Amino acid sequence: MNRPYDIVVIGGGNAALCAAMTAAEDGAKVLILEAAPKAYRGGNSRHTRNFRCMHSGPLGPLIESYSEEEYFADLMKVTDGKTHEGLARMAIRHSEECLPWMESHGVRFQPSLSGTLSLARTNAFFLGGGKGLVNAYYRTAEKLGVDVEYDAKVTHLEVDDGKVVYLDYVQGEQMRRLAPKAVVVASGGFQADTDWLARAWGPAAKNFLIRGTPYNRGIVLADLLDQGIEQVGDPTQCHAVAIDGRAPKFDGGIVTRLDCVPFSIVVNKDAERFYNEGEDVWPKRYAIWGRLVAAQPDQVGYVIIDAKSLELFMPSVFPPIKADTIEELAQKMGLPADGLRDTVDTFNASCGDTTDFHPTELDGVSTSGLTPPKTNWARPITQAPFYGYSLRTGVTFTYLGLKVDETAQCSIDNRPVRNLWAAGETMAGSILGQGYLAGFGMTIGTVFGRIAGKEAASYAN
Amino acid sequence: MQTELVQEARRQAEICNACRYCEGYCSVFPSLHANRAFSDGDITQLANLCHNCRGCYYACQYTAPHEFDLNLPAALAEIRQESWEELAYPSVVARQFQKNGMAVAIAVTLCFAMLFALAKWIGQGEGEGFYAVMSHNLMVAIFAPAFLFPLASLAVSLWRYWSTVDGEPVTFNHIKQAFGAVANMRNLAGGHGDGCNFEDEDRFTQARRTAHQFVLYGFLLCFASTSSGTILHYVFDLPAPYGLFSLPKLLGIPGGLMMTFGAIWLFHLKLKADPELGAKGARSGEFGFIALLGFVGASGLVLYGLGGTTLMPVFLALHLGSVLAFFLLTPYTKMAHGFYRLAALVRDAQRKEG
Repeated sequence: MNRPYDIVVIGGGNAALCAAMTAAEDGAKVLILEAAPKAYRGGNSRHTRNFRCMHSGPLGPLIESYSEEEYFADLMKVTDGKTHEGLARMAIRHSEECLPWMESHGVRFQPSLSGTLSLARTNAFFLGGGKGLVNAYYRTAEKLGVDVEYDAKVTHLEVDDGKVVYLDYVQGEQMRRLAPKAVVVASGGFQADTDWLARAWGPAAKNFLIRGTPYNRGIVLADLLDQGIEQVGDPTQCHAVAIDGRAPKFDGGIVTRLDCVPFSIVVNKDAERFYNEGEDVWPKRYAIWGRLVAAQPDQVGYVIIDAKSLELFMPSVFPPIKADTIEELAQKMGLPADGLRDTVDTFNASCGDTTDFHPTELDGVSTSGLTPPKTNWARPITQAPFYGYSLRTGVTFTYLGLKVDETAQCSIDNRPVRNLWAAGETMAGSILGQGYLAGFGMTIGTVFGRIAGKEAASYAN
Repeated sequence: MQTELVQEARRQAEICNACRYCEGYCSVFPSLHANRAFSDGDITQLANLCHNCRGCYYACQYTAPHEFDLNLPAALAEIRQESWEELAYPSVVARQFQKNGMAVAIAVTLCFAMLFALAKWIGQGEGEGFYAVMSHNLMVAIFAPAFLFPLASLAVSLWRYWSTVDGEPVTFNHIKQAFGAVANMRNLAGGHGDGCNFEDEDRFTQARRTAHQFVLYGFLLCFASTSSGTILHYVFDLPAPYGLFSLPKLLGIPGGLMMTFGAIWLFHLKLKADPELGAKGARSGEFGFIALLGFVGASGLVLYGLGGTTLMPVFLALHLGSVLAFFLLTPYTKMAHGFYRLAALVRDAQRKEG
């Protein structure tokens, strides 16, 4: 029974599980080393909710169709062209066959959630969210004979002569060593190591909130990069959104998001506006606001809305700060009252006809003569009570990672590491140069997880 | 209603409302997501819609040790429990039995004793079979009030519930939808039809859904059996005992088997399920109630099997005692959940209509 492991998968989220299940189905003996305790297993996959999927006709919960070209164009828009086209197209093309595979491995989907109808065609939502998916995959993996160790923190992979010879991990007080035939790294980015973030961003990074799991500290990533495994991506690039400033330091997840920016004005701590709040519908803009806020003094922003906008967006997890006057709101939020009064007055004076206001479409209700402009949903902020939220940068995952080829294999000195593959966020930088497209992380994880599992198993066999 | 319990449920509901990942599991979430703020009545309605399938708990990214510490099934179970105690008429009785299996057992024993005494001293009937032990008229004299009083009490409670949740006039369509949801226990199906998470943590199984329906349909068959006997007695002048191929037996025997089997299964499942995800204080009362249900079913079957033997009078008293206790306790034990649940489903059908 104690057959040695053919493959060790490092990490316990979606990509790791896809790799482990695929390899086990191909006959390999697989061990998952998950750094988190069981209650926190699943990495950032716990916080995900959907999978962006190409489809040529209605598929599972997805309606109509979503072509490779359209998917790729959406990706190019958010990444500003900083996308590896070959790998991105491969991920997109493979996504269609993934959905039925996911269902056959226990994932259940649900119709697009209330408040997310704009994604009903492109993104398949997991019933119960990402933790539901992770639970189902652990059950399936267990049935396939995959073993799982929790609280198992990999500290070192010994790479010698283009091959991983052994790996060390710590579990409790115990230091253990394994020498599997092949290794799949699927242990995410390094965003929970704020010192590393600070080395890339400067001290500003200390003001960031980490929206994702606290267990992605980039230990394996750093260990491999130190040994010369090829890296990809810019250390300042990450999936970062503007979230409620009162969110927990780590692991706040989905509920910390604020969807009110398009109906607001957003100011910095000097009560000055700094970006067009109405540039596009929120699902297409939420991923840029993390960086916008990061560029402001003290890395903080303040959203101001009035009573008529309060119910136009998804409820927030923490109630907004409420005041009867702009000055009172400024005082409660620690903003200069005169400054905020001026900014609101100037904004209000630049608003025009608002009769075409339409909260869910680009309505062209715009300011005139204002810098920066607000090009949609620009309604004067006049109706008390007034509400405010603070905004901070919330990092979900970092893009600096392991460079892989189309077989998910890592390389060193321009040649492949013979028995090392990577999947998920730890290699997402191979595809995403910057920006983020909702649901694409799970696409990368699933597609490359399956490829890595298959390749590793075929090597091990 | 205890304000801390309501506050806690409200805190959790507000987090759920900002997340919405669980929308597809059951009726609770679409109902929750229709609000931005939650009145006490809203919380009571959500609590009574919740079937404690636990799908949302095991899928939740915010359960302990996360600082948000969500456990919606438990928060709603506590409110549900509290609401049943408060809405019951008279509520002081409910406080004795909802949470206390021992109180249920004592009530049952008292009913046994009373039936024994009646059977022994004043009940000697002149009829055949059971009626030789206790006359038909005596049984009616005991059971008619024991049946009608709980119904009246439940009517008061449902009226109170309806005003708590701001219910509107009920139409046939509302009732149809509510019964539709009960008929296949849709809210224990998990949205995907794979069942619920009651039995074995995050594994979806049909066990609780199936076991519940054994009890539900078994109970209804037994009820139909008794009703058919009543009709045969009064309308057709055909008093008991009835043969194997009579309507009362054809309904009653499978009904009794299903009820007994279902109750044993539910009892077993409840032992396996994590108590932290329910109303912990009510556990003993719930076990007491399931045991009583099982005993009603099993003693009825034994009674039939004993026929005219000397043990029959003993079991008749035991069976009738348990039935008496069951009826009398209906408004004050877990049995009341069916009525509140149905009311909550009717209310939810109204919400969906908009």
